Amino acid sequence: MGSYVPSTEAERREMLKAIGLTDYRELYRDVPEKMYLDEPLNIPEGMSELEVSNAISAMAAKNKVFKTVLRGAGAYDHYIPSIVKYIPTKEEFLTAYTPYQAEMSQGVLQSIFEYQTMICELTGMDVSNASVYDGATAAGEAAAMCRDRKRRVTLVSGASHPDTINTVRTYCYGTGDEMRIVPMKDGKTDMAALREMLTEDVASVYIQQPSFFGQLEDATAIGEMVHAAGAMYIMGCNPIALAIMKTPKDCGADIAVGEGQPLGMPLSYGGPYLGFMATLTKHMRKLPGRIVGQTTDSKGDTAYVLSLQAREQHIRREKASSNICSNQALCAFTAGLYMATMGPDGMAEAANQCMAKAHYLAAKLCEIPGVILKYKGDFFHEFVTEMPRQDEVLKALEDADILGGLPVEGGIMWCATEKVTKAQLDKAIEVVKEVLA
Amino acid sequence: MKLIFEKSASGRKCSILPKCDVETVELPKELRREVKPALPEMSETDISRHYTELNHRVHGVNCGFYPLGSCTMKYNPRIDEEMAALPGFTAIHPLAPKHTTEGCREVLDTIRKYLCEVTGMADMTFQPSAGAHGEFTGVLLIKQYHDSRGDTKRKKIIVPDSAHGTNPATAAMCGYDVVNIASAPNGCVDLEALKAVLGDDTAGLMLTNPNTVGIFDENILEITRLVHEAGGLCYYDGANLNAVMGVVRPGDMGFDCIHMNLHKTFATPHGGGGPGAGAVGCKDFLAKFLPHSAMMEGEGHIQVRGFAGNFLVVVKALTYIMTLGREGIPEAAKNAVLNANYLMRRIQGTFEPAFDRICMHEFVLDLSGFKKETGVTALDVAKSLIDYGMHPPTMYFPMIVHEALMLEPTETESKDTLDWAAEVYRKLYELGHTDPEYMHGAPHNAQIGRPDEVKAARNPIVRYTRA
Repeated sequence: MGSYVPSTEAERREMLKAIGLTDYRELYRDVPEKMYLDEPLNIPEGMSELEVSNAISAMAAKNKVFKTVLRGAGAYDHYIPSIVKYIPTKEEFLTAYTPYQAEMSQGVLQSIFEYQTMICELTGMDVSNASVYDGATAAGEAAAMCRDRKRRVTLVSGASHPDTINTVRTYCYGTGDEMRIVPMKDGKTDMAALREMLTEDVASVYIQQPSFFGQLEDATAIGEMVHAAGAMYIMGCNPIALAIMKTPKDCGADIAVGEGQPLGMPLSYGGPYLGFMATLTKHMRKLPGRIVGQTTDSKGDTAYVLSLQAREQHIRREKASSNICSNQALCAFTAGLYMATMGPDGMAEAANQCMAKAHYLAAKLCEIPGVILKYKGDFFHEFVTEMPRQDEVLKALEDADILGGLPVEGGIMWCATEKVTKAQLDKAIEVVKEVLA
Repeated sequence: MKLIFEKSASGRKCSILPKCDVETVELPKELRREVKPALPEMSETDISRHYTELNHRVHGVNCGFYPLGSCTMKYNPRIDEEMAALPGFTAIHPLAPKHTTEGCREVLDTIRKYLCEVTGMADMTFQPSAGAHGEFTGVLLIKQYHDSRGDTKRKKIIVPDSAHGTNPATAAMCGYDVVNIASAPNGCVDLEALKAVLGDDTAGLMLTNPNTVGIFDENILEITRLVHEAGGLCYYDGANLNAVMGVVRPGDMGFDCIHMNLHKTFATPHGGGGPGAGAVGCKDFLAKFLPHSAMMEGEGHIQVRGFAGNFLVVVKALTYIMTLGREGIPEAAKNAVLNANYLMRRIQGTFEPAFDRICMHEFVLDLSGFKKETGVTALDVAKSLIDYGMHPPTMYFPMIVHEALMLEPTETESKDTLDWAAEVYRKLYELGHTDPEYMHGAPHNAQIGRPDEVKAARNPIVRYTRA
């Protein structure tokens, strides 16, 4: 059996004796006899580190690691610089708790302050929180920020990520509020439908840029329409695309949120990721989650603290803006480290290469007879094709060690990042060509 | 220490990406960014040193004693990290074809089976990402249950006044009115107070057991029976599961659903505030209400975040559970309780426990007498501990004890460490009587002196702006 209890048998007896007991059972004297477990749990015996390592490694070996990944849909296979992988494994940061004691946690607090600044730079917004669980919860929390007494309805574009839609719906279900889906047209938000749906009870509108299907929305026009109806505008953004794309601030967004996974987090079967969340100064005190602020200490030196805590559950209890009391600190640390390592030019380069490679893949696929683009608008690094014999194509790609695009309604949705080379793309194109020949 | 932005120089960079090997494409002009983001421009040397310096200004549980009550800061084993870093997990796309992700599902199925056994539950989700997120999910199970029965008059969730602030905040996020009930003098549920508020409008009760003062509620079966009798459900806040895992099961106490903090009880690191994992378990009759990912499992269920949750955190927890196994799990709990009782008794005689009785895995000191004698507050004592390289305990919680300090040593601390900690507390007790001024000014040797929190809130500076 493995154990991390350091005290020896003799020490344990000595400690029991010191508190006037002879047996562990006496520690649990308040536990009613009938529920005290006499039989051991029905789980396997503990193991040595080596045995556990073998057992867990065997599970990992049952997964297939693809050499080439052409699938995105909310989880993106970007290149992660070596230093970004290494530094977050250092034990000090890894094993600390939420920085309640500022005098012992300046490293955590400063890293969050730097992360907040970088998210503001990327989104153009004024204030960022310390991150939330993921992009979908960021959208759910943002929608909750916007509701007031009169305006309770949340509109969500049907061209958003299905997990985001479902999460926002769940957050609305919690408070008994309504979410309505704005229909999709050509892989984007149906603007005419949106106009019709902007009634007086609408608190906010959420759209995703690029849309779930990779299409670029006319985010500025949507923002004008939303504001004209007196609602708040929430934009879900891809953080890599933001390096080259018009900022949510410039598109008129009140709140910018997004899935931060592309900023140095591996795919990891869906998590841990992080949700970023930024807003305008006027909404700062409604922003949920941790926020780090700069101040001075008793000696007058610069210091960082968890700030604006009057918004939070441990003070306000049932009147708090959210129950969230943590952030994805290590992921925010990683994201900050990623952005610092890439720098503004490196991030723009990654974004441009994503776009170039996706367009190369799309163009080459469409040269194959029978393959067409489902949506004709501008796209970033994802696009949907229609083609015959989809299942066969994906199977052949899998046999060639390529994770092909994701089957979606009426087609396959592909993604290319800066990580794939032209040679890898050419190989995938060749496989598709052979199947469809 | 300088901010990273103050170390940046225009044109400095790391060499990460090759030249683009396909034709470049431009965004349509109207969608292009006008000004590039002012992100740091750094060399790799500078980055390495900056983050190493930040790292030195952090106290983790693997650096030193961290008896933060209610947070279960136990040692985070390195093997757990190594397993979660296997490419067979990190490189797996959540939407990869099912037959290529069998290993991920084996991880989830295995830990689900084990944790259902530990908690006495029938099914479990790993989607929630933190304890509060688990609470949200658990209370939504209760809400869906009542809704599915058309039982719409149940509008109230009962929460003891000793509860974590997340409990009432969660109930509010789920659209419930919160009914706070006062605790009995021993910190446990006051049965009469409970009976007085139970009725056909009761949706459920949220309870932590052992409770937030570190006492196992001996009336637990009666409490859950009364709630059920009124038609409500019982939610177990698993914050304190470390005291009782393998010893007694929440399912056997009568709870219908539960969240666990894998980052507390099952030794996954807190990462400075996250990522955690708040697994939620439930009895069979609630299983159909558990959240699903629309993308991975289809529509028609609630969902509290994208995909399957913080999967790598779950891998770490499974590694830990498999290491401890059937004997190791109760052994950990029993020694967590032993360590807490030992430390409490070693400190007693100076700072006094709020409840002079056997505690579970944590205990609360009541410093109101000490403060009256010396003028030194719980905050002063907490800050003084920092000068000894020891993380302070949880302060001013639970609110039902004045000048509270709550200590949770965990099972992974040795007797030597506990003896040393008790000695430090004794010294501070004496210092409070001889030099209270010194303690008001603590810490004296930390990264910073006490920060001005009022200034931070009144004049919020929440990002760096170039001078």
